[in-house]
Amino acid sequence: MSYPENLRDSIDRVKASRQARLGAEFPRLTPEEKTALLAAFHPDYRAESKRELRVGPNRGERVPQELADLLEGKSWIDPDRFRLDRVDYETDVLVVGGGGAGCTAALLAREHGARVMLATKLRLGDSNTIMAEGGIAAATEPEDSPMLHYLDTVGGGRYENVPELVEALVLDAPLVVEWLENLGVVFDRRPDGSILTHAPGGHCRRRSHSCKDLTGLEIMRVLRDEVRNKDIEIMEFCAAVELLLDENGNCAGAVLYNFDNQEYLLVRAGAVILTTGGMGRLHINKFPTSNHYGATADGLVVAYRAGAPLLYVDAVQYHPTGVAWPDQMLGYLITEALRAHGAHLVNARGERFINELETRDAVASAIIRECREGRGVRTPTGTEGVWLDTPMIDLIGGQGKMARQFTGICKRFERYGIDVSSDPILVYPTQHYQNGGVKHDPQGKTAIPGLFVAGEVGGGVHGRNRLGANSLVDIFVFGRRAGAAAALYARDGRSGKLTLEHVRRFHRELQKAGIREPVTSPLLIPDYLGAGHKARQHV
Amino acid sequence: MARKGEEELSKVNIFIMGKRYEIPEGYTIMRAFEYAGYRLIRGCGCRAGACGACAVVYRTVGDYRLKSGLACQTPVEEGMNLTQVPFFPAQKAVYDLNRIADPVAEFYRLYPELSRCLGCNVCTKICPQGLDVMYYIAAAQRKDLALTTELSFDCLLCGLCAARCPAEISQFNVAMYARRVYGKELAKKYSYARRRADEIRRGVYNDEVRRLREMDRQSLKELYDRRDIVKAKY
Repeated sequence: MSYPENLRDSIDRVKASRQARLGAEFPRLTPEEKTALLAAFHPDYRAESKRELRVGPNRGERVPQELADLLEGKSWIDPDRFRLDRVDYETDVLVVGGGGAGCTAALLAREHGARVMLATKLRLGDSNTIMAEGGIAAATEPEDSPMLHYLDTVGGGRYENVPELVEALVLDAPLVVEWLENLGVVFDRRPDGSILTHAPGGHCRRRSHSCKDLTGLEIMRVLRDEVRNKDIEIMEFCAAVELLLDENGNCAGAVLYNFDNQEYLLVRAGAVILTTGGMGRLHINKFPTSNHYGATADGLVVAYRAGAPLLYVDAVQYHPTGVAWPDQMLGYLITEALRAHGAHLVNARGERFINELETRDAVASAIIRECREGRGVRTPTGTEGVWLDTPMIDLIGGQGKMARQFTGICKRFERYGIDVSSDPILVYPTQHYQNGGVKHDPQGKTAIPGLFVAGEVGGGVHGRNRLGANSLVDIFVFGRRAGAAAALYARDGRSGKLTLEHVRRFHRELQKAGIREPVTSPLLIPDYLGAGHKARQHV
Repeated sequence: MARKGEEELSKVNIFIMGKRYEIPEGYTIMRAFEYAGYRLIRGCGCRAGACGACAVVYRTVGDYRLKSGLACQTPVEEGMNLTQVPFFPAQKAVYDLNRIADPVAEFYRLYPELSRCLGCNVCTKICPQGLDVMYYIAAAQRKDLALTTELSFDCLLCGLCAARCPAEISQFNVAMYARRVYGKELAKKYSYARRRADEIRRGVYNDEVRRLREMDRQSLKELYDRRDIVKAKY
């Protein structure tokens, strides 16, 4: 399945204009042009894409519609009928989520002497972590420093980052790389044995540590292996559908839903750490996503319902170059490095339309503009995109450069009969990251005593825009901190009466706000069932 | 994300666990499941070929051979008869890397079945990643950690090799151990992070980072705009 015939015409136009484009400089946007472009085409600026929350701690703030629906949702359980006197499991620390942050938090809590249970909606390790290609940022090189890492992070985040969190991030980052090395993660190394680093966009030094283009996979499988080496109870295919509080308002456990046998399990815990990741699979603004199947904002929903405030959840990161064809790879991330190596962005007519090294938000907006104004390429399945002219990489860097440097990308397209060193890649922006999340302190503590967060579900460290390679380090820095802090917190052994009063209260608030037919949330699993199937269900 | 008009697309017949469904041509097996009405819980992960959650095995008409793939990456074809293998029990040794004096010598204690390899190559044939599994097992038998690491590096731990092995080896877990031991040995020899980490533990950077933390936005912006940027190298 190579490119279908009706795309070939436009590929020919890209080829035809290639020589003329080579070496030509496309002008940068002026600040005014950029502001206008973003306002007209960036999804975050679309007024109708957001609405005010009518209930909960962030009432009155505007968030994406798809998220608002879930935050204003009702519980899977009826708090008046759910029995809290039959506890199924007791533990010191309950970790919800089995990705990079969750496994890290579980390991550290165990190391600090806590009994630990890790519950995850899918398999242990299923997460955005496992998909991370690029690397993990830490100022380990002699010419680098935590101060420079600090500056880059806040500059990228538009100076809205929570300073204490950035401080924790940059000072812990080298400790995290050392920790991962000692766990046996095989990092890329130079011939002299030292770790090979590179500088992703927005970083002023080489500080990203990688494991080929499979960094997340390598780290995730090591952590998963280590969790299984320790005495940690793992509950796979068990989603947290509600938090439990005690009568004093401390978080005291969670209600898990076991997908395999449809049971609700009551877990009493001294502390809970949410590490449930982001919201890519809500398809904000109907965008495809580079995210994992499980990225449905479940942690945001249960924390919000229990009264934890959120921060910057209106700031969504769209990566400009997600795959638009073949359909099987829709939303799959194509690294910025291709543009840095000279690949142009070209519309259906074979024309450039933006300087490829503008910021992510500007490039994404320009691609959307081309498509909306009829200069995009329409595929047989109805999606649209523009061309990323990858054959230029060999043209500039010499024959074979593409295959050598971007083996992973080449291999993936080969499966569909596409040779990306001779044909361009069709791209469209893809929803990539949730910049905000549950508000927390440097130990992962939220506004609710006993409730901790780590990783993408937390918000503040990245401000309104995260830099590349800063998410992999975020999950380990705050995973470690939350794991240790939760273990210490749980040691004090509070034993108040379990309650779901917060759910009852939230349901009353929904009613008072006139929300008559709330959806049931958290979402847990996205709905991708075929339309024909649904019609045959007659419901 | 159901597509408009998918009912009108041309179809192929596939058999999910023996039951026939008509599926639009070109769909992946994963989308075929969803088109047919399977709400996937087990057997669905990253949907991008990076996690190994969605291994499937199948046969096609007139071919005796068993084939494999990742459901999210493999297009359907006429007559395909398939099932998911979302889980397969495997042997996983429990160990503490910090307490193993000679991790290389431990190979056969942790995975004694390693010596049972028959050299039949079914593990290599079934690997949906196209890895040379039998060769990395041979490298592991020789305790060649570097080669085992290199040959197994793209492993997604889907478990199909272990499902097929007549010698009952859990290949992917053997390789997991080899890579970790190898990574740790490299780190022992040359840790880059350790030097900086030691400085941080001594508090060398605390004051300067605290100064940034307490700085107002305008001063930060000035520092940011003035910082020198090394040329990005990929």
